[in-house]
Amino acid sequence: MKFTRNWLFDHLETDRPFAEILDVLPMLGLEVESMVDRAATLAPFIIAEVISTEQHPNADKLRVCMVNTGSGDPIQVVCGAPNARSGMKGVFAPVGAYVPGIDSTLKAGEIRGELSNGMLCSEREMEISDDHDGIIDLDDDAPIGTLFATYAGLDDPMIEIAITPNRADCLGVRGVARDLAAAGYGRLKDIDTSPLEGSFDSPISWQLDLTPAEEHLCPMVSGRTFTGLKNAASPTWMANRLTAIGQRPISALVDITNYVMVDLGRPLHAYDIDKIDGDKLIIRLAKTGESITALNEKTYELDEDMLVIGDATGPDDLAGIMGGERTGVSEATKSMFLEVAIFDQISVATTGRKLNIHSDARFRFERGLDVTSPEWVSGYVARLVMDICGGEASHVVSAGAGAAWQRTIFLATDKVERLTGIKVPKDRQVAILELLGFSVSEANGGWQVGPPPWRGDIDGAADLVEEIGRIYGFDHLPMQHLPREHVVAQPAVNAKQARPLRLRRALAQRGLTEAVTFSFLAEKEAVMFGGGDDCLRLVNPISADLSIMRPSALPNLISAAACNQDRGEADVAMFEIGPVFFGDTPDQQRTAVAGIRHGAMAPREWHGSRRMVDVFDIKADVEAGLRALGVRRDSLQIEEGGPDYFHPGRCGRLLQGRTLMAQFGEIHPSVVSHFGLRNSLVGFEFFLEDVPLPKPRGPARSYLKMSPFQPVSRDFAFVLDGELPASQLLRTIKSAAGSLLSDVQLFDVYQGENVAAGKKSIAVTITLTPEKATLSEVEIESISDAIITAAEKKCGAVLRA
Amino acid sequence: MESLDAVSSEIIGAIAIADSLDVLEAIRIDALGKKGRISLMMRELGGMNAEDRRVAGQTLNKVKDDIANAIAAKQKILAAAVLNERLEAERLDVSLPSRPETDARLHPLSRTIEEVIAIFGEMGFQVAEGPDIESDYYNFTALNIPPEHPARQEHDTFYLPVDAEGRRKVLRTHTSPVQIRTMESNDPPIRIIVPGRTYRSDHDATHSPMFHQCEGLVIGDGIHMGHLKGCLIDFCRAFFGVDDLPVRFRPSYFPFTEPSAEVDIGCTRQNGALKIGAGDDWLEILGSGMVNPRVLENCGYDPEKYQGFAFGMGIERIAMLKYGIPDLRTFYDSDLRWMRHYGFLPFDAPSIHAGLSGGGV
Repeated sequence: MKFTRNWLFDHLETDRPFAEILDVLPMLGLEVESMVDRAATLAPFIIAEVISTEQHPNADKLRVCMVNTGSGDPIQVVCGAPNARSGMKGVFAPVGAYVPGIDSTLKAGEIRGELSNGMLCSEREMEISDDHDGIIDLDDDAPIGTLFATYAGLDDPMIEIAITPNRADCLGVRGVARDLAAAGYGRLKDIDTSPLEGSFDSPISWQLDLTPAEEHLCPMVSGRTFTGLKNAASPTWMANRLTAIGQRPISALVDITNYVMVDLGRPLHAYDIDKIDGDKLIIRLAKTGESITALNEKTYELDEDMLVIGDATGPDDLAGIMGGERTGVSEATKSMFLEVAIFDQISVATTGRKLNIHSDARFRFERGLDVTSPEWVSGYVARLVMDICGGEASHVVSAGAGAAWQRTIFLATDKVERLTGIKVPKDRQVAILELLGFSVSEANGGWQVGPPPWRGDIDGAADLVEEIGRIYGFDHLPMQHLPREHVVAQPAVNAKQARPLRLRRALAQRGLTEAVTFSFLAEKEAVMFGGGDDCLRLVNPISADLSIMRPSALPNLISAAACNQDRGEADVAMFEIGPVFFGDTPDQQRTAVAGIRHGAMAPREWHGSRRMVDVFDIKADVEAGLRALGVRRDSLQIEEGGPDYFHPGRCGRLLQGRTLMAQFGEIHPSVVSHFGLRNSLVGFEFFLEDVPLPKPRGPARSYLKMSPFQPVSRDFAFVLDGELPASQLLRTIKSAAGSLLSDVQLFDVYQGENVAAGKKSIAVTITLTPEKATLSEVEIESISDAIITAAEKKCGAVLRA
Repeated sequence: MESLDAVSSEIIGAIAIADSLDVLEAIRIDALGKKGRISLMMRELGGMNAEDRRVAGQTLNKVKDDIANAIAAKQKILAAAVLNERLEAERLDVSLPSRPETDARLHPLSRTIEEVIAIFGEMGFQVAEGPDIESDYYNFTALNIPPEHPARQEHDTFYLPVDAEGRRKVLRTHTSPVQIRTMESNDPPIRIIVPGRTYRSDHDATHSPMFHQCEGLVIGDGIHMGHLKGCLIDFCRAFFGVDDLPVRFRPSYFPFTEPSAEVDIGCTRQNGALKIGAGDDWLEILGSGMVNPRVLENCGYDPEKYQGFAFGMGIERIAMLKYGIPDLRTFYDSDLRWMRHYGFLPFDAPSIHAGLSGGGV
């Protein structure tokens, strides 16, 4: 919402400095977005007279002008404008002036050998319009030496404020003035809204073609005819104001409707009577197949939910959104019919959204107008029209009974304090409401408050509290600490919520950097990782790359690795904890924990620790992650295999019983190359929901028994089938070794010379920790024999000679 | 028989000039070995009468001990020399670089969320959660944003297809739906915060299609807007670590709060640099207000009986302000250079007792 200082002062009588008003607006809820004071930017520009022009001796297109600035000697200026001539009045910028249109500060100098001390300016050079056909050519009576901004009426600062959706009333300057007056920043001036008697019957009348169920779409409409008009350019004061707020003056009739829309927040529409077919304007729902070419010269196909206004020919106005080209006014218009209507906010919003039209009228209609305005605005506008365009006005024609707007809300005298903690004196509460246009009457323990017809947003007592609070001032809010419920605060997260916090640190400690990637991705990649469900495809994605909810956090991490590689960081280790989606219901959203490693485990360095990542690096990561969540490594079983996006021979699943806990492996080479990565890539993923919360056991640990006896180690090397998983041999050894076994370490895997083809040799060391007495050789032998026998029986493993 | 003195002094002299452990060992064998000169003399004692044997034995034993001691002492010296020589040979260039360590970082977003949780946790808040894919009802209608309400246009909502029951799903545009979910399943008093992902279909220098918010909701006996002010001032001052940080409440509008207020914090802007703290300018950081009675009704609460406040803040925004991160979009780039600069070391956990602002490493 843009307006100017003087425009505001048309409605507000105040002796407060303008700066104070700017400061208080945000404190009333009217956020000042910008203030443009052209009096400041145009301060150096003065009106001057060109007293002589001579052809530049060294340039065909330049002339040497002598300029009288009203003080001192005439100044010589070299000018390239074709319209520069002696005797003309123009705008002069002296040396030292900053000229915004060319973004530079003028210096004294020579142009092709002739002195030039300043500049005669075009409108574009002062950034007041795009006109650059020549230098400004002012009327002969323009006073030499005075400020151009003052002379041209451009010294009126423009203010832009942001209006929240509830404050439709402040989409008019008058509403802003009313708020300021209520806050004690002046007095709201009266405006003349008295009816203006017409002198003849309007040749056009209204017809509401709406069923009882549709009547709410247009509760009231009024209008009147004007004849004998002269639709020329609007007066300077009006054109200046419209220009200041960024609207291009068009013609008096159009400008008047735009002016009133900003002045009172009241959109209007003007028809050229000579273009209306018949003597009725019909308000109705459109029919399928109808279309309208609107004032923006675009044609819109209509449907049966869209409210339109039309004549015998058909619809030519999108009610509350935009008028039609066919019946609109032009400079040739002699007779006008002026529409002042109330339309249903939802209907306007729906139609506007469907047709994707954003107009100032729609913006106001869908937020709600003063529903009584069809009754009072036509006198105000008629006086404006006849002052500017002459002519005569008809009697008012109207239709519709009007919307019910009168209601009362009970406001208890202590409600403001109960809800805000602010103590506002009772008489001040009443005064604020009344200044804002509310009616207030005493009631038991409070007041019955009637909102004015322009405050459709007022819904209940809480809204009245806001009105009183914001006008009285939120700076009166007391500062009160929240009462403590516990002397020592309880944990803010529960056991489940605490897990990601721990997990993050565990993974980062292993060298994985935390990433936060988008929850959506490209469809192709979703499909690659098991997703692509239709119900997860965004209807309005921002781009094809971000069009579907992700089924896995891996693809976005892999993309991120590729970006890092392209930036020269090929060795990447990253993880993410975030949502993934298997459907659109809350229970189909899961929290993925995913990690990747790409390239080498270490940089090139002289110790020679550099090697490429492999599946056992990522297996260690996933085990560490699970360990941080209380899952012991020895409680997990491992199974070969995994989804398609892994290397089929280099991936595995970790299970607890039959429950799948995690997947890990080398990423399939075709996936790696799809993402443009150049080295080996490994990854893991699991879902927090799959990892059971450890049973709450309390903080105390179990009793630790430490053996006083020497542990004993023995090494074994077995030859077994090359296909047999090592985990099976280890499991067999563990169960055969019995309770004294405290550790098993696999320390060598060998295939090659001295081992038969298709076989492999696995070496393990076991540690036995006696509990009652030092182990005898016989006892150790017997455990060793049990291990060897079991390994042979269950794994076909033979002790290597 | 040689003179004992002569033999002794010869051996002691040889020990003194021995220059290696091998030479020393040869001297030992020559003197004290089985057939060594002293050993042979000892053997001769057997042929003596008792008195002579006692006298000669004493003398001989002393000589033997002297020689043994001299050898031991010399051995120590020579061994030390050998060790020194070896150590000298083992000299390394310790200026060479050490073995590489991993340098992984935690993201400023998770870090900031933890700080927020720590502060509000201290004020008695608990963390609540909700789904990212929401129904239209929870995201809008229950929050007093009916269909076609102008406030909906400001949300730039991402839509999902209509589901089997004809309901339109959306990606939540704010964390506020969790207010509704929490009130539906809990009785007052309520004191929750809701950090989480949110989505809006906007992508430019200052907007990301995905970002993070933290909602807050307090419902309780006599909770009024002064408590909202106190709570948020306490938060802002703790979070930014500025004890006298000015905080301003400015009237605003959110359909789900009434009255509503934007919260600004004091700052100064000089030569493009922003400093949080008492200054001549204000910076908007969050929206808040008293829970709208319509919202309470929608959750089955009696608005005559219960009241409270709600607020919502952008996590990226407060992280950018606190840690001087200039560009929103970089949060989601997973650029390792950025992470090394703006990320946090894993052991550096924010807490009320140990501090909230990181060690700056």
